[in-house]
Amino acid sequence: MTTVSTAMTADHRRCDEIFSRAEELVSSGNWPDGEERFLAFRDAMLTHFSMEEDRLFPAFEQHMGHTMGPTQVMRMEHIQMRQLFSDMEQAVEARDDAQYLGLSETLMMIMQQHNMKEERMLYPMMDQTLGKAGGEIAQLITRQE
Amino acid sequence: MLNTASLSLDQAPPISIPFRFFLTAPLFAIAAGLELLIFGSEMLISRWSPFTLGLTHLITLGVLSMVMCGAMLQMLPVIAGSPVPHVVLVGRLTHGLLLMGTILLKISFVTGSKPATLLALTTLGVGFLIFIVAVGIALWRVVTPGATIQGMKMAVIALAATVVLGILVAVGYSGIGNLAHLTSLTNIHLSWGILGWAGLLILSVSFQLVPMFQVTPEFPFWVKRHLPYSIFICLSAWLLLRLGFDQSSWIDSAATPVLTLAVSGYLLFSMKTLQLQSKRKRRVPDVTLLFWRLGMIVLGLCVLLWVGGEFYSQIGDTQYFSLLLGIGLIQGVTLSIINGMLYKIVPFLCWFHLQSRQMAFMCMTVKVPHMKEFVTDKSAKRQFYLHLLALVSTVAAAVAPELFVHPAALLFIASNSMLLANLVLAVSRFRTTFKLLAPSA
Repeated sequence: MTTVSTAMTADHRRCDEIFSRAEELVSSGNWPDGEERFLAFRDAMLTHFSMEEDRLFPAFEQHMGHTMGPTQVMRMEHIQMRQLFSDMEQAVEARDDAQYLGLSETLMMIMQQHNMKEERMLYPMMDQTLGKAGGEIAQLITRQE
Repeated sequence: MLNTASLSLDQAPPISIPFRFFLTAPLFAIAAGLELLIFGSEMLISRWSPFTLGLTHLITLGVLSMVMCGAMLQMLPVIAGSPVPHVVLVGRLTHGLLLMGTILLKISFVTGSKPATLLALTTLGVGFLIFIVAVGIALWRVVTPGATIQGMKMAVIALAATVVLGILVAVGYSGIGNLAHLTSLTNIHLSWGILGWAGLLILSVSFQLVPMFQVTPEFPFWVKRHLPYSIFICLSAWLLLRLGFDQSSWIDSAATPVLTLAVSGYLLFSMKTLQLQSKRKRRVPDVTLLFWRLGMIVLGLCVLLWVGGEFYSQIGDTQYFSLLLGIGLIQGVTLSIINGMLYKIVPFLCWFHLQSRQMAFMCMTVKVPHMKEFVTDKSAKRQFYLHLLALVSTVAAAVAPELFVHPAALLFIASNSMLLANLVLAVSRFRTTFKLLAPSA
């Protein structure tokens, strides 16, 4: 059965791979393809965020009865990462590889720790609490990929 | 029960807690290098000379344990979702006591003074006790521990064993107490320190960090599930065999294969890590990866050397066999990995704390530097090559001390001075931006 954990974790891995490819292209000086992969990566991440912020988090918050707590922290980290996406986009436009690679290294650190918290704690909590509704949202995510 | 509070970021300790550990470590390394430079080949005659033991402990306590303790206090809220209770107090006390204890132990080795030994043992004992209890509480609170947490628990138990054994050995040699089988106890102490505390911590943290930051395939399930406790059980069995019956020959023939099993576990780990790293999807050059690969290659070589020495007396009986093994495992494996990890942890923490401050004050006009602006790739890479040269020359110095001990000492001092300079520069950049990020009037 598709669960929130399996679907969202798979989506994290998919984003990691596009991220790595974009970084490799920029590092080798291939800007046209690097730009294309960077935008694909950013869009994949933004879709992932909105799936969480618009569907999963509200369902979970409704269950918990408040919006503070773990989802609040995850939303904050999404803001931090969105800021980095926009800085990276500027670096792509300026064709500044040193800037891009410094930002992508920073993003990688925050993104992986964020993913780890979600995969270790938040998604398993959602699997437990959301039940059938969680499974339905998860299927939606799998279909989008 | 759901533990929703465990995701809060407020539980990350203030930046000054991990940084005091990270900035102290290179100072002890430089001190050790200076000592080697001044006393020269005398330091490398035998692993049993008090000078050599003092030098070794400057590195294992002042550098390796210093960074490992600081990093654990920092990482547990993220890796385990379980913060260390009273982390600020625990961090300050552990750091202060470890710092004083290392200096006192050095004095005790050189002077042989009983009061200095007692004071050193008390200081280090209390410091580690505070750390072990606090980190233990955080680790044992984790409701569904994965392979990394299980491995960390065993690493902390191994630290406790190393400290207790170390105290016993010191009590015996200093004449404070009367203890038998001191040679055996010493070998058990150092094996638990290296293969247990340092080894199991590196092993279990790798399960998490290698796939995550280098985008490699995961470690196979059977490795994650069985390797840490198999090594731990072998080390425990070896300890019991050695402690119980030091003299009988059948125990000797049983103990060696048991330890060989534990050591082979590390050969498997180093091969597997190198294999996964070669399949990494993230292909950009990465200084931490260079340090990590060096550590894994040296780990494999050390295992082969140990097995060679254990089964062929022509190798094992040579004067420099133990020295080479010690240099390989301490400087080549553990120091490499710790040094490489500092280049990820320190710039990230600088960025992270500044970014959080920027968001708290909504001070968007001030730009927060990215990680590579705190430590540049170029300066980190230069330091890697110095570290590599220092390692090669120390290995050469173990075989031909007269020729290589001074270059080795100089390169070791240079490498750690550059590490210190890189870290201090990162902190000063952090401070500059921190001051700029103020609440708007």
